[in-house]
Amino acid sequence: MDIELTKEDDAFRAEVRRFISEKLPRELAERETVGASGERGALRRWQKDLHEKGWVAVNWPRQYGGTGWTPLQKHIFNEEMAAANAPRLSPFGLSMVGPVIYTFGNEEQKKQHLPSILSGDVWWCQGYSEPGSGSDLASLRTRAVRQGDHYIVNGQKIWTSYAHEADWIFCLVRTDETAKPQEGISFLLIDMKTPGIEVKPIISIDGLHHLNEVFFTDVKVPVTNRIGDENKGWTYAKFLLVNERTGIAGVPESKRKIAHLRKIVKQERLGDGAALADEPAFMTRLSEIEVKLTGLEYTNLRIVAEEVAGRPAGPSSSTLKIVGTEVQQALSELAVEAAAFYAMPFQREHLMGIANEAPVGPAYAVSVTSAYNFGRAASIYGGSNEIQRNVIAKAVLGL
Amino acid sequence: MEFALSEEQCLLQDSVRRFLEQNSPLDKVRLAAGNTHTVQRSLWAGASELGIPGMLIPEDFGGMGLGFLDAAIVYEMFGRYVAPLPFLGTAVMAPLALMLAGSEAQQEKWLPKIAAGEIIAGVAVTESIGVREDAGVKAGKGTLTGKVLFVIDWAEADLYIVADSDHGLHLVLPGAKGLSRRALDTIDKTRSVGELVFDQVSAEPLPRSSADAVARVIDAGRVMLAADTLGAGQMMIEKSVAYAGERKQFGRVIGSFQAVKHLCAEMAAALEPSRSLVWYAAHALDEVPGDARLMACHAKSHLSEVGRFVARTATEVHGGMGFTDLLGLHYWFKRIGFDRQLLGGPELVRLEAAHLQGWAA
Ligand SMILES: Cc1cc2nc3c(=O)[nH]c(=O)nc-3n(C[C@H](O)[C@H](O)[C@H](O)COP(=O)(O)OP(=O)(O)OC[C@H]3O[C@@H](n4cnc5c(N)ncnc54)[C@H](O)[C@@H]3O)c2cc1C
Repeated sequence: MDIELTKEDDAFRAEVRRFISEKLPRELAERETVGASGERGALRRWQKDLHEKGWVAVNWPRQYGGTGWTPLQKHIFNEEMAAANAPRLSPFGLSMVGPVIYTFGNEEQKKQHLPSILSGDVWWCQGYSEPGSGSDLASLRTRAVRQGDHYIVNGQKIWTSYAHEADWIFCLVRTDETAKPQEGISFLLIDMKTPGIEVKPIISIDGLHHLNEVFFTDVKVPVTNRIGDENKGWTYAKFLLVNERTGIAGVPESKRKIAHLRKIVKQERLGDGAALADEPAFMTRLSEIEVKLTGLEYTNLRIVAEEVAGRPAGPSSSTLKIVGTEVQQALSELAVEAAAFYAMPFQREHLMGIANEAPVGPAYAVSVTSAYNFGRAASIYGGSNEIQRNVIAKAVLGL
Repeated sequence: MEFALSEEQCLLQDSVRRFLEQNSPLDKVRLAAGNTHTVQRSLWAGASELGIPGMLIPEDFGGMGLGFLDAAIVYEMFGRYVAPLPFLGTAVMAPLALMLAGSEAQQEKWLPKIAAGEIIAGVAVTESIGVREDAGVKAGKGTLTGKVLFVIDWAEADLYIVADSDHGLHLVLPGAKGLSRRALDTIDKTRSVGELVFDQVSAEPLPRSSADAVARVIDAGRVMLAADTLGAGQMMIEKSVAYAGERKQFGRVIGSFQAVKHLCAEMAAALEPSRSLVWYAAHALDEVPGDARLMACHAKSHLSEVGRFVARTATEVHGGMGFTDLLGLHYWFKRIGFDRQLLGGPELVRLEAAHLQGWAA
């Protein structure tokens, strides 16, 4: 164990800070602080700037455009980004399909897709879940039948986040109906402009459109768009899920939220005029969560170190996912409590960052309830927390 | 002592259940949530035929003269069906304020109208629970100046009952000069709250106002909110159990997995004991004055916590479906969330309870 920071590390931190203060658009950071979604154009510019600097894909190997940083450097970078309220970049390309492509894809595929994922020119979405296949993902039924150089794809995906904004979708499809469920699945990359694809919105509980149904009717997909071998898609799918779950754990974001809450509790007054920061019951819970998060953060570092040493993380991503989402949900709960009455108003324009008037109540309170409500999804997506417990019981504990 | 509902009470609850089942299905709730107040008006007229607006109002004034336990079991049904109706302010808090603090003339003028379901009465007492920033209302000579947020049954009110910062209660007409009204969109679209800003607005004081009267109005409101959460939570459990019995994954219904069974069982184990707490708190408002305030605090804070647990867990059981507007589970989720914050979140209310018991300085 060697956790001393060297002079180089300090210099690195200073460089990251300088870059952020020069390039991160103020409005993005501000919106991020109040929990409003960032404006698309500004997000794209921010990704471009990161890309130019070579910092957009922290975890990718250097040869594919990653940083090649040590785990500690990654840690420092994430810390600084979170502290500056930099928004998270869309994960579907950078954290999900990108690593699948450079790990299992062929040279053509790498050349075709990696640059536009890094630059943010192409947006991806995830076509895993189906109406009948959520937790039991391997039962999926969207079919791809080979016809010469193409697959003909028919079926339906559901809960596809941001499919309506995506240029490409990565999809799990069934290519062998006779094999065991896990052994008949292939991993396809599909251009969303291909004829036969229809996207229908699902309005979610916040009244907004994030989710979709995606229908495939005789969609022709070149066989060259298949990742790896036919019927080996489950292996790649699981690899992706490990990354997805680690990402969902969202350690840097939660750290930032804790720092933010620490500021709020100094401003927020209780009925008798005392600061919320002097309220032991509240502060005890905040520290409890912080302890949990710290444990998670160090676990993350340990896993990264193991991976660097060539020992893959595997089922530990399930633990990260459970604890990480529990921390997120507990933090969103505390934010609602801090806002008290001001958690009630639903201020749509402020949430979307298009309001002209001042909000009702303090600015931070605007998004607390939406974040709390929608945040319930974190224990569902990426494989529900119940399913993660099943994984731990079986794969880690051997039960 | 018999810790159970009387036969009349069971009948009352059943008739309200039937009324709401028939007249306030989810599509109707959605329509009302889309801000068509006409839905609310016609539904309230229907509720009047059951005597609901006047259930607490003495028979002399055209009401049914029932007690708080009756009101609580009715509001429980409202929560169950996420009914978009002005029950809390109009049928409970406003009549109680008039009965406790109003003059005979005021009672004669307003109570029969409320009882007949002719008017909607908004209630502005939130500022008596924890003044925030610039909010709060000061009384001058026959006028009010200041601001109140989160006025209950704000929309379309024909009358407002307003508490000032010295525990005075006042009647204010919505058209009064100097009164500005601003709608507050909240997470819960089934009940309306809004803001009132007073600039030297002429107001009619309720002559028998007192700190105790204001507190009793709030106590009653809190017990009702607890009852509402009870009903909404019960429905969420039933919906979860039904969904767990239908939805199949891994070739079997998800209700056959022990993890899902336990989620459902935990909800039931949390909610069922709270029912008795709500009943007793409501009973105490009428019959055990010494316990009433403390029990109101307990019921409000405990049901807020249990409600939150049930709302979350039910959402978890529904998987992705729980997040869709189409299924509409969120109407219950948000209703429970709103009940939690209105008239004081559990943190604040628990502190009040600790003060009442002499446990906190
Ligand atoms: C906001 C949001 C965004 C999403 N985005 C995407 C996306 O972009 N792309 C995509 O492909 N998918 C996406 N999903 C789908 C998500 O991955 C699924 O919702 C999830 O896998 C659960 O599946 P389900 O909804 O069918 O629930 P079900 O599988 O029906 O589960 C219902 C309940 O049963 C429990 N359960 C099921 N089986 C078991 C078992 N064996 N043991 C114990 N408990 C069990 C679950 O834990 C859950 O509580 C998204 C979901 C949400 C909510």
